[in-house]
Amino acid sequence: MLPDKKGHFGIYGGRYVAETLMPALLELEESYYRYKDDREFQQELNYYLREYVGRETPLYLAERLTRRLGGANIYLKREDLCHTGAHKINNTLGQIILAKKMGKTRIIAETGAGQHGVATATVAAMFGLECEIYMGVEDIKRQSLNVFRMKLLGARVQPVSSGTNTLKDAMNEAMRDWVTNIYNTFYIIGSVAGPHPYPMMVRDFQSVIGKETKRQILEVEKRLPDHLIACVGGGSNSMGLFYPFRDDKEVEMVGVEAAGFGINTGKHAASILDGSVGVLHGSKTYLLQDENGQIKHTHSIAAGLDYPGVGPEHSYFHDIGRVKYASVTDKEALDGFRLLSITEGIIPALESAHAIAYTMKLAPKLDKEKVIIVNLSGRGDKDMNTVAEALGVSL
Amino acid sequence: MNRISKVFQRLSTNNEKALIPYITAGDPSLELTKKLVFQLEKSGADIIELGIPFSDPMADGPTIQRASERALANNVSLRDVLDLTSEIRMHTEIPIILFGYYNPFFTYGAEKFSRDAKEAGVDGVLIVDLPPEEVDELKVYVDKDSLDIIFLIAPTSNEERIKLITKKASGFIYYVSVTGVTGARTSLDNHIEEYVAKVKELTDLPVGVGFGISTPEQARTVAIWADGVIVGSAIVKIIEENLNSPDMLTKVGQFVRRLKRGIG
Ligand SMILES: Cc1ncc(COP(=O)(O)O)c(C=O)c1O
Repeated sequence: MLPDKKGHFGIYGGRYVAETLMPALLELEESYYRYKDDREFQQELNYYLREYVGRETPLYLAERLTRRLGGANIYLKREDLCHTGAHKINNTLGQIILAKKMGKTRIIAETGAGQHGVATATVAAMFGLECEIYMGVEDIKRQSLNVFRMKLLGARVQPVSSGTNTLKDAMNEAMRDWVTNIYNTFYIIGSVAGPHPYPMMVRDFQSVIGKETKRQILEVEKRLPDHLIACVGGGSNSMGLFYPFRDDKEVEMVGVEAAGFGINTGKHAASILDGSVGVLHGSKTYLLQDENGQIKHTHSIAAGLDYPGVGPEHSYFHDIGRVKYASVTDKEALDGFRLLSITEGIIPALESAHAIAYTMKLAPKLDKEKVIIVNLSGRGDKDMNTVAEALGVSL
Repeated sequence: MNRISKVFQRLSTNNEKALIPYITAGDPSLELTKKLVFQLEKSGADIIELGIPFSDPMADGPTIQRASERALANNVSLRDVLDLTSEIRMHTEIPIILFGYYNPFFTYGAEKFSRDAKEAGVDGVLIVDLPPEEVDELKVYVDKDSLDIIFLIAPTSNEERIKLITKKASGFIYYVSVTGVTGARTSLDNHIEEYVAKVKELTDLPVGVGFGISTPEQARTVAIWADGVIVGSAIVKIIEENLNSPDMLTKVGQFVRRLKRGIG
C-alpha cells in the first residue's frame, strides 16, 4: 500500500518541510489515521456529503456529445453539480471535520481558480470556523467572481503578490501563515499535493468520485469503462476518479495537463509531460523548473491548472505507466468548452474543458461499443469573464 | 577538526559567543556579496551564512524574499555561489555555510554538490526544507566529504525530535527562536532560554539561535543562553536600503560591529 510510512510513492512524495512544520504534519498524520476508519467520522462525513454537497453525483450519458463525436459512448461524472460547483468540496469537508476533531479553530487555504477557496470558505462558514484564503493577485483578477463569493461566505481573502502571483505563490504564503500560527490553525490543502499526509488524505477524500463512478457504470453498462479521462492541475479530481480503478488493468486512465499556448512555447503547465523531478511545497515530484532548480512561470487559461507541480502519486503512476498523461492547449480547451455547452447544455469549468477537449480527440477513434468516462470536475460560471475575453466579447 | 568546530572551540575557551550573519548570495550582485563577506568578517562575524536564492522561499519573510528575487534577477545559481566561495576562500578562513531550499541542491545533484562544495571551501550546509526524515539522500555524500550538516530545531520540536535531529546534525544546531518565517521582530519570544537549555541538555553541539533577531540588545540577550547568534533579515534590510548607495558596506559593517559588541 502506498504511500509508505514516510509518505513516499516510490521515489516521490515525502515531507520536505521546515522543522517547525514537521510536528504538525506528524500530528495531522496521526489524527488522520485515527479517524479515517472511524465509524462516527465516516458517518458525519457521509451525512454532509449527501445532505449538504448533494452526493452522489450523476453519471450522465452524454448522448448528443457522443453522437457528435461519432465514436465511443461518453459518460460525464457530474462533479459540477456538487454544492459550490466543483469536486473541491469533497476534500474540504473531510479536512474540516478532521480539523474540528483536532480542536483547531482557524482554517487557512490557498486557491488558484478560487474553487478550492470557495469550497473551504463554505465549509468554514457551515462549521463556524475563522477562515483565511490566500490567492495570487493574478488569479484574483481573473477569478473575481469567486473572490466575491469567498468574501460573502465570511472568509478573508489575502492577496499574494510575490513570485508569479498565482497558485504556487498562494501556497507559499499559506505555508508561511501555517508556520506562524501552527498551534491553532489547520491548513486545508486543495489538491493531492504538499507534504505527507496531504497527498494521501486528499486522494482518500476525493476517491468518493471513483467509488461512485464504479458502482454507477457497473449498474448501467454491467462492465467497467474502457477509458477514464480527467484534467490534472495538482491532480485531485483525476486521482479521485482513478484511484478506485487502479487495479482494474483493463481500464485505461488519462490525465490531461494544460498545454497553455503549446508545450513547445514553454508557456504551459504540463509538469509531467515537460517537467523534471524536483522538490516543491513539501514533496518530491515532477516540476516545471529551469536547469538551476528555480521554479518556472507557468501558463494556462484555466487558473486551477496553472501550477508548476503535480501530486506525487501522479508522478509515480506516470513512471510505472499506470496512468497515461496527455495535454491540450488553451485553444483546444476553449473548443471543448463550447462543444459541451452547445451539445449538452452543460457549461464546464475551463479546467474540466481540458478533459472534454482530450475526449474530442479520443472518442472518434474508438468503436461505438467502447465506454469513456470524463470527470466533469466543475462548472464554468466562474470562467465567464475569461472566456468572454478569449472570444473577444465584452460583457 | 573543521573550521566550524574550531571557531566554536576558540570562542568557548575565550568565553565568547559566535556572531553568524546571513546574507543572500548575489544580492544585489555576486561582486558585492564577496565584498560584503569580507566586510562582515572585518566587523566581527565568526561564521558566514550564504543564502542560495530560490524562487519559492517558503520559510522566509518579505525581506529575504526580496533579496532572493534580486539575486534571481541576476540569474544567480548554486554553481555561481560555489565559484564565489572558491574566490572568497583564497582570502579568508572564515567558515562558510550555504543556507537554502532543497530543490537547487537536488537539481545540482547531491553527490556532485557535496564534492564541488568541499572543493570550493564550503564548510557546512543548512537546507531548510530537508528534515532528518528526508536528509539521508544528501547526508551520505556530505558525510563522505566531511561537510557539516546543520539542522533547524523549532519551538514545536519535542524531545524525541530533538534527539532524532541531533543524531544527524554536525557543526552546530540552529534553534529557530519563533514559530514563523524569517524577518526582524520587535520582541523576542519568551521561551528561548528554556528551549535552548532543553536542546543543550540533549546535545553537546553548540547551539545558535536565529529568526527574528534584529538589534544588538536582542543579540546580547540571546547570547547569554546560546553559543551563537544568527542575524539575517536585519542585515539584508540594510543592504536593501542602500542598494545604490556607496555607503552600503560601511553601514553593514557598523551594524555588525554593534551586534558583535552586544554579544561580547
Ligand atoms: C473545476 C476544477 N477542476 C480541476 C481543478 C484542478 O485541480 P485538481 O487537479 O486538483 O483537480 C480545479 C482547481 O482549481 C478546479 O477548480
